[in-house]
Amino acid sequence: MITIQACLDGVLLGVLFALIAYGMALQWGVMNIINIAQGDLVILGGYIAYFMYLYGIHPAWGVIVSPIIMYFVGVGIYKLVINKVVDRDLFISILATFGISILFMQLMNFAFGADVVLANSGYGTTFLFDSNVVLPNSKIFSAVVSIVFAICLVIYMKKSKLGRAIRATAQNARAAKILGVDTEKVYAATFGINAALCGVAGALISITFTIHPYMGLPYTIRSFMIVIVAGLGNLPGVAMSGMGLGVFEEFADYLLGTEFRIGSVFLLLVLILVYRRFKLSRKREYLK
Amino acid sequence: MKIKNIIITFVSAIALLLSTSVVSFAKVVGDKIILGAAISLTGKYSSNGVHTQNGYNLAVERINSMGGVKVGGKSYKFDIIYYDDESNPKRAAQLAERLISQDGVEFMLGPYSSGLTKAIAPVTEKYGVPMVEANGASRSLFTKGYKYLFAVLAPANLYLDVAIDLAVEKNNGKPVRIAQAFEQDAFSQDVRLGILEAAKRTNSEIIIDDKLPKELNDMAATLVKVKQMKPDVLVVSGHTKGALTAIRQIAEMKVDVPMLAMTHCDAAKLSKQHGKNSQYALCASQWHKSLTYKDKFFGTGMKYAKDFEKQFKYDPPYQSAESSAALLVFKDAFERANSFDQKKVRDALAATNMQTFYGNIKFAPGGQNVDKPMVLFQVMCDDSGKCENKVVAPTKWASAKLIHPIPSWSKR
Repeated sequence: MITIQACLDGVLLGVLFALIAYGMALQWGVMNIINIAQGDLVILGGYIAYFMYLYGIHPAWGVIVSPIIMYFVGVGIYKLVINKVVDRDLFISILATFGISILFMQLMNFAFGADVVLANSGYGTTFLFDSNVVLPNSKIFSAVVSIVFAICLVIYMKKSKLGRAIRATAQNARAAKILGVDTEKVYAATFGINAALCGVAGALISITFTIHPYMGLPYTIRSFMIVIVAGLGNLPGVAMSGMGLGVFEEFADYLLGTEFRIGSVFLLLVLILVYRRFKLSRKREYLK
Repeated sequence: MKIKNIIITFVSAIALLLSTSVVSFAKVVGDKIILGAAISLTGKYSSNGVHTQNGYNLAVERINSMGGVKVGGKSYKFDIIYYDDESNPKRAAQLAERLISQDGVEFMLGPYSSGLTKAIAPVTEKYGVPMVEANGASRSLFTKGYKYLFAVLAPANLYLDVAIDLAVEKNNGKPVRIAQAFEQDAFSQDVRLGILEAAKRTNSEIIIDDKLPKELNDMAATLVKVKQMKPDVLVVSGHTKGALTAIRQIAEMKVDVPMLAMTHCDAAKLSKQHGKNSQYALCASQWHKSLTYKDKFFGTGMKYAKDFEKQFKYDPPYQSAESSAALLVFKDAFERANSFDQKKVRDALAATNMQTFYGNIKFAPGGQNVDKPMVLFQVMCDDSGKCENKVVAPTKWASAKLIHPIPSWSKR
């Protein structure tokens, strides 16, 4: 029973992380930008849902409202800062987004205060296997919403004109430009979509966990790791590695104790990177 | 040219001399005693930083309006120079340095949190500046042999050991099985040490001992273990985030445990944010307004709460109350020392033995207050869902009877 509980907890957690990582993979792949402010966008999205909750609107509506607002926030950030660093060195973009991250933290702290807050969904609990496995409905809700958004996005990327333009730009920005794709617009839209995904995730986090202006960084790191493990442009891989990491985390927590939870995830990351390098070097030798 | 250079050097030397002499008089200017404080007005501790500042300000106003501090037959008024430490320990240490060496402050009030107090204490100690602090409870502050640090609050290891005693008492004096989850920071780990000692003292067994990483706001795995192993008492400490996360997930996962004890409930506004889900949680607190301590400046806790609420429009958390008490301690020490000599004031502080609305204050050689027990309150809600914190232990101060064991979720 414990195994099932840990697996389900891990999957539900992982799906949510995968959604954030999905946005990161998208804009990293398209714009070659590592967005350190990813987690702060998530928290900002969470605050939108929280304020709806404060004003008596059910926070679940946040998953609709928050991405809409966050899309424009994302486009705004792109127009103000990111468009100036998009063709530059990766290091410059890390610095720029790190700056945005600090600015966002301070602004959120100034605007919303430093209290830890949460939005109560009142969704209750699901009991499985004779009450031996317990799943909060808010977590199930957040996993379902994450999956729905991810599927919609995959379809949108495949079918829509903008989606195709984004994929073309990701493959070769120069060629796309020659063929008439307005890459500037594509970049803005990509950053906007990423922010919107963060908005959805933030709203879900305010329902399932807690939010605080300075809590963004763990989400950035986690999504960074998921993308590293999955590789860029590998969207099913992002989903799988998100869930895999979630399950791994829960098991590590259960078996080794909570203090080893984050450490074991990082250890796994190192092992995967070493393994990959090993595999790649073998491939190179073979090619010789 | 040469003469000009000499004149410039001479004038600058005089200016430098004047500026330094101003500094050396800055501690007491005219009829003002100037205290220095680095407070977190921005950054992650800003909420509690503001509570601390409000507590200081209320006490300054009250003491000044009631005749100030009498030293050498003259009446002095308190004034505080504040700097914002941005919730950053390095910045706090720099600001302490600046307050002392540039602004010439000779007496300091503490910042908010154990971490920042730890950063400032070596500086005040180096310059021999007496500091009365009200928001650093970590035990390690009091084991370093600091001579100029005085804390009006009880150290962190005493926060929740009352809960273990209470659980043993409810178990007819028999040892209990304890599950604990503590954040990995100085304060929470000190609280944990207190529990370990209490467990040893009562022969109780610790069956779950989890350390929550700082960046984590999910304790589902710990709670699964709790459900499986059924301890007699669950103890959680992880600041505001820990309290909120614990209550949310305990309610969602319907974890039944006879006793739940935690810290930071009032800072987390538990009953407001979680309503009835927070019911029956036991919370460690330095102070509660219903306690019957008294002093001539603020009267009782109830009176203090009323005055505070009138001025700042919210109920005072214990962080504000203890901060106000720090000023009362300073006033008392100045008057007994009858001098502004730092050494004499330090000795007077060390000999403090007084009662304030916040509690009795008497310092151990390490600087911690040993005369004020922690209290435990329990969140109690009525049928309409309105929740209130009621003191249930120690028995001497109890205003309500402890509800034990906590009714199971299926019966709520």
